[in-house]
Formats: sequence, C-alpha cells, structure tokens
Amino acid sequence: MNSSEHSAPEHQDRRNFLKWVLTGGVAALAGSILYPIFAYLKPPKQGEVEVTSVSAGKLSDIEKDSGKIVKFGTKPVILIRTANNELRALSATCTHLDCTVQYRKDMGLIWCACHNGKYDLNGRNVSGPPPRPLDEYRVVVQGEEVLISKKV
Amino acid sequence: MNTLTRKIYSWVNDRVQLDNLVEFMGKKYVPLHRHSVWYYFGGVSLFLFIIQVVTGILLLLYYKSGEALAFESIQFIMSKVQFGWLIRSIHSWTANLFILSAMIHMFSVYFGKAYRKPREITWLTGMLMFFLALAFGFSGYLLPWNELAFFATKVGTDIAGIVPIVGKPIMQFLRSGDEVTGATLSRFFGFHVAVFPGIFTVLLGIHLILVQRQGMSEPLGLEDESVAERKKMPFFPNFMLRDLLLWLIVLNLLAILAVFFPWELGRKADPFAPAPAGIKPEWYFLFMFQTLKYIPGKLWFLDGEVFGIMLFGIAGLLWMLIPFWDRKSSRGEQTRFINYIGLFVIMYIMILTIIGWLA
Repeated sequence: MNSSEHSAPEHQDRRNFLKWVLTGGVAALAGSILYPIFAYLKPPKQGEVEVTSVSAGKLSDIEKDSGKIVKFGTKPVILIRTANNELRALSATCTHLDCTVQYRKDMGLIWCACHNGKYDLNGRNVSGPPPRPLDEYRVVVQGEEVLISKKV
Repeated sequence: MNTLTRKIYSWVNDRVQLDNLVEFMGKKYVPLHRHSVWYYFGGVSLFLFIIQVVTGILLLLYYKSGEALAFESIQFIMSKVQFGWLIRSIHSWTANLFILSAMIHMFSVYFGKAYRKPREITWLTGMLMFFLALAFGFSGYLLPWNELAFFATKVGTDIAGIVPIVGKPIMQFLRSGDEVTGATLSRFFGFHVAVFPGIFTVLLGIHLILVQRQGMSEPLGLEDESVAERKKMPFFPNFMLRDLLLWLIVLNLLAILAVFFPWELGRKADPFAPAPAGIKPEWYFLFMFQTLKYIPGKLWFLDGEVFGIMLFGIAGLLWMLIPFWDRKSSRGEQTRFINYIGLFVIMYIMILTIIGWLA
C-alpha cells in the first residue's frame, strides 16, 4: 500500500473506479432485492365492481323511528326511517376514526360508540370529535322497494 | 455430579471451554440495597415472555387465520380442545401481565438512572422490546376476529393514517388495503407469530448478554456507603433461586387469573354492524385514547388527532433517548429534574387510565 507505485495517479484512478463499481454493484444488488419485497408488501388493487345502487328491502319491513345498516358494496350505509316517516340514507362510517355508527332512538340522533360522536338525522356532526358530517345517499321508494344510491 | 454428567461436561468442556463460563457466573454478584427488590421485575418479564412463546406455539397448532375461520377456531380451542380454554386464557392474561411487569421494570430502571453510561444499549434494546410488546398486544388482539378487536383495529390503524404524508401508505400497509378485512387479519397474524418474535428474540439476546457482562446497575445516591460496606449476593445460585421462587408465584397468580377470570371471546366481528356501546381499547392504550378525547378537533392549524399523535410520538422518542440527553446522571450526579419527569409521567398515565376506565 505504501509503495510509490500504488499512489501513482493511474493507480488511484483505477482504485476509484473499482470503488464505484463495487458500491454501485452493492447498491444495485440491494435494490434488486428490496424492490420486489416492498412491491410484494403493497396489496394489489382488487377488481371491485363499482356499486351505484342497492336495495334495502321492503318499506313495510322498516319500522318507523328506527335505523338499519345496509351493505353498499364494501361500505356500510345507515338507513333511517324517522318518527315523521321520512327516509334518510347516510354513510355509516364515522368521520372521526372509521367506526360504524348507529341510530339511537332515545337520543333521536346518530351515535358512534367508539368516541361518543353524535350526528343529527341529516348527518351533521353536532357533538363529540367528528370533524365532518356523514356523506349523504339518495333514497328512492319504487313501489314497495327502498333503493339507496350514490348522490351525483 | 455423578460420573455420567461429569463425563458429558468434560467432553463439552474440552471442545468449547465451559470452565470460563462457570468461572464468570461464579463471579457475578447482585448488589443488595433498599431498592434491590426492583431487580426481580426484569426476570419476571422474561418468565412471562417464555410463557407467551410456549402458549403461543400451542395455540398456533389449532388456530386458523382468515375471516371465516379465525373466530370459529378460537371457539373450537376453547370448547373442544382439552385445556384449550386454559391455554388461551393464560396467553391473554400473560400478555397483560407482561406489559405491566415490563412497565414496572422500565420505571425502576428509569428512577435508578440505570440507563446511564455504560448501559445505554441495554436501555435502548429494552425500550424497543417494550414498543414491540405493545405491537404484540395490538396485533394479537385482532386474531380472534371478534367485534371489539375489529373496531379497535379500525380505530388504531385509522389513527396511523392521520399522520401527514407517510400516514396513508402506513395505514394501507397495516390493513393490506383501505379497509380492515380478512387480509388485515392475515397480515397481523404474520406480524404476531413471525416478524415480531424474530426481532424480539434478537433484542432480548443483546439485552441479556449486556446484563450478564456489565452486571446490575446500582441506583445513583447509594454512594454514601463505602464500597467495602456494600452488601452483595452471588447471582448463582442465590439470586437465581430467588428469581425462580418468584416465577413460581407468578405462575400461580396466572393460573388463578386464568381459571377464575377466563378471558371472554365475545361476538364474531361483523363489518356491517355498528360499533358496540362501551367499546374501549386495552388498558395500556387507554391513557392515549383518553388524551385524544380532550384535544379539541382543531388546534391552531393542526388537526386535534395529528397534534395528539405527534405529542405522544415526540414524548416516546425523548423517553427512549434519555441516556443521551441526561448528561448529569452519566457523570454520576444526582438530578431531581429527571425524577420529577418520571413522577409526572406515572401520574399522568395512572390518572388518565383511571378516568378512561370509569368513563
């Protein structure tokens, strides 16, 4: 190492070159191992059928002053038949931390058990931690059947 | 030693020099002073970890992962498999006692300033194991796929998703998608039985080797007695036998808890049912959960939750890095300030946990 020929400029160049080749090679190796691992960890997009409308059953099966959860694709939607006989459909996913809400007859409100969040029957966040109102859905009654669809 | 064991010993000794190890063990002493009792909690935590490994492997023999099978397989373990109820109950109880015991161990090390030079690495590995223990608790909680677990996981992973920029990808990584589904369960199962135990074992190995090499730390403030006057006890066999006796007591306590207060399974998770009333996280997450309730929705320009998470994140990081900023203790000087911080943290955790429990 100390000999004069090793510190000659052409040797230094060669050494630098080898250093870059080695570093680059190690980096490329690490990349070619890590990239597939990280890509593998990322869940693939499932080809979901986009749901635009679902049936919530017969109107006569839904009591006045009650609420029920309806499957809207992969998301829960809460259908409420108010004491005044109005139908409302709202996203049942609490805007705070993703819990599923429920209709509370005694309060006349929509309530989330996780952190005591409250919404009125129009989905407006009226008390507790929720930062936003619940998303609204459209409700249509066709004959006897109650249909819920996305608002456009 | 009878002749056979002597023969085996000398056969091994010829090859790997066991004598050195025996001599080293013989020279290890445990200091005796008015705070010596706290030395036992590291050992108790180790014992509880061993129980978790054994009962965890036993559960693994019958547990089935997946949305359709997880809950049913635990039901099967608890109702059909002989002593299945006991194994599962012990695993759940031990998880809780382990975190409690690790907490006691951590605070005793903190107040004794045992993290000071030269034991920084022991403290760091201990803290990492503590965070892993919480991760073990969080991931294991989901595995029975019951109602409480489902919503706890939804909330917990959603909180991770709130963190700006990195939050969303982390949440998707944890959930294996945008929602908590069977895919999340598979992932948590993998973490719980393979990833975490692997990392934990390495950390535990380093931690224990360091404790053996460096010996027990003596709390600051005992320097008033001269070195010659200080009492000590041989680690082997005196201290170890006391350790074992305590382990036996802990095992009895566990048996009593598991038999008389069996762990509930609850109802199977239904992604299309509302969150049940009275839902709460496990007690060791309760103080953070309760704090989030008090932070207003909007704070200055930050979301209340983001502020809370950042607060706990920074506090946790400072706590873990204490050997590097508490210079006074490393120089062997007494610091009241550190004690006040520790007392504040304990009071805070206790008060908010109690409020959260009663709420």
